[in-house]
Parts: sequence; C-alpha cells; structure tokens
Amino acid sequence: MGIGEFFHMGGHGFYIWGSYGTALFLMIVEATWVAKRRNKAKKELERMEAEFARVDNQGMNR
Amino acid sequence: MSMTRRIPWMKYASASSFYPLANRLVPIFMGLAIVLAVIGLYVGFFVAPIDYQQGNSYRIMFLHVPAAWMSMFIYLLLAVYAIISLVWRVKMADIMAYSLAPTGAMFTFLALLTGALWGRPTWGTYWIWDARLTSELLLLFLYLGYMGLYSAIPDRQRASRAASFLAIVGVVNVPIIYFSVVWWNTLHQGSSFSVSDGASMTSDMLSALLLMTFACWAYAIAVVLRRAQAVILERKKVALWASQISRKKES
Repeated sequence: MGIGEFFHMGGHGFYIWGSYGTALFLMIVEATWVAKRRNKAKKELERMEAEFARVDNQGMNR
Repeated sequence: MSMTRRIPWMKYASASSFYPLANRLVPIFMGLAIVLAVIGLYVGFFVAPIDYQQGNSYRIMFLHVPAAWMSMFIYLLLAVYAIISLVWRVKMADIMAYSLAPTGAMFTFLALLTGALWGRPTWGTYWIWDARLTSELLLLFLYLGYMGLYSAIPDRQRASRAASFLAIVGVVNVPIIYFSVVWWNTLHQGSSFSVSDGASMTSDMLSALLLMTFACWAYAIAVVLRRAQAVILERKKVALWASQISRKKES
C-alpha cells in the first residue's frame, strides 16, 4: 500500500482525516490553553504575594 | 515578617495537597495518552483489517466511540462532583466539576462531528434527528449551559450552586443517550461492543478501540488536573486580594 493510497482510504480519506485531524487540533489547543492558564495564574499569584510582602515589610520598618 | 498571609488557608486544605500531586500526575498522564494513542492508531490503521461492508470509514470508530463514551462518563463525574459541592460545600469538588466541563464539551463535540463524518459515507447523511444524535446534541448544550451559567453569575457561590443544579438535573439525559438505540428505532446502530453475542468485531479492532479509549482517559485526566490547578491559583489570588483589602480597612 502506497502513501497516496493510504491517505485516500478507499475514498473515505476526507471523513477519516477530517475526524482525526480535528481531534488532534482540538486536543493540542486545549492542552496548550490549560497550560498557559495555569502558568499565567501562577505568575500573577507570585507577583501579588511578593508585592504584599514588600508592602508589609515597609509597614514594619516604619 | 514571614511570607505567610492571614488568609483562610484551611479552606484550601484539600487544594494545597491536590496541587503538588497534580504537578506529578499531569506529565505522567499526558505521556501515557500520547503513547497509548500512537499504539492505538497503529493497530487501528495498520493491523485492523478493512471492514467488508463499510470499507475504511469504520476506522472513525476508534475515535468516535471513545469520544462518545468520554462525553457521557465525564458528565456523570461532573454531576457527582456537583452533588458533593452542592450538599457538602466541598470547594475542591466544585473546582473539579468546573474543570471537567470544557473537556467534556470538547469530547461531546468530537463525538458529534466524527459521527457526522462517519454517517455521511455510511448512511448517506451527515445528520438526522434520531434519538441518539439528538440526545447527544442535548448533552453538548448541557455542558455549554453549565459553563455559561457558571460564568454568567458574578457571585461565585451562587454561580456554582446554579450551575451544579443544572448539571444534576441534566443527568437524566445520560441514560437516554445510552439506551436510545434500544428504546427507539434509531438510524444509529446499536453497540458493536456487546458481551452477550460476542464482540461483533475482530480482536484487532477491539484492541485499537480500547487503546484509544485509555488514551482519551489519560488525556482527559491530564488536562482536567491542569485546569483545576489553574482554578485553584486563580481563586487563591482572589482570596489574597480580599484579605489585603480587609487588612487595609482594619489599619
């Protein structure tokens, strides 16, 4: 079976690769989104904690 | 002055033990998902024979059936977490329910899309309003309704309660989807995965189907845990902000 024949899938290539292609696309997008969302929240929380700690320390020194 | 803030950490007691655990589990399950999917696709496309009736289009099954199973399982799981969150007010349960919804919706959409793409060469139509397809479409709307309701109500506790309630009521739809092919005359075929009359497919097809199902599970676990981590941090941020404001008011 040649490569062209494999992708042709006996005339069902559009349906098969349309299905698997969309699935792969959606999963890559979702996995990337959640990873970005986690990293963004982590950075913001760390920045916030550092900022509040700095404000606290200033208050203590006064 | 220590870095520890006077915020109610106890409220996040379960979240604080969940977070590092999820850190370890996410890469394991994501790796597992990739390995299982690669093996499953290999078996499904190179080992499993061509179907004498449907030709190659039946190979959509290895994606369609796991996606449809996931859409229902995830919904049931979401509903269980919704009950726990609604009745016992367990914060982590609410975070899990919330984190499951988008992935469940994604699998429902995939089940519908792959079903349409499989239906066209097999039945001659992308869509028909039969019981199986219609109830699966309703499942997608239930997921979207849960997510929409959750984000539409500004007060988080009220949002969580309303959305959880919707999720629990919607559970009746799951057995309707599952048994629709038995209860009604549907164009959709019955399960090709029955134990009683022996599986109506070859063992290679069955292995590919199971491998792809486990791959989908592993993927879902990894993504949902990662999302739950994000939600924990986002809520901690809000709590920290609120505690800072109340301290400023005190002083």
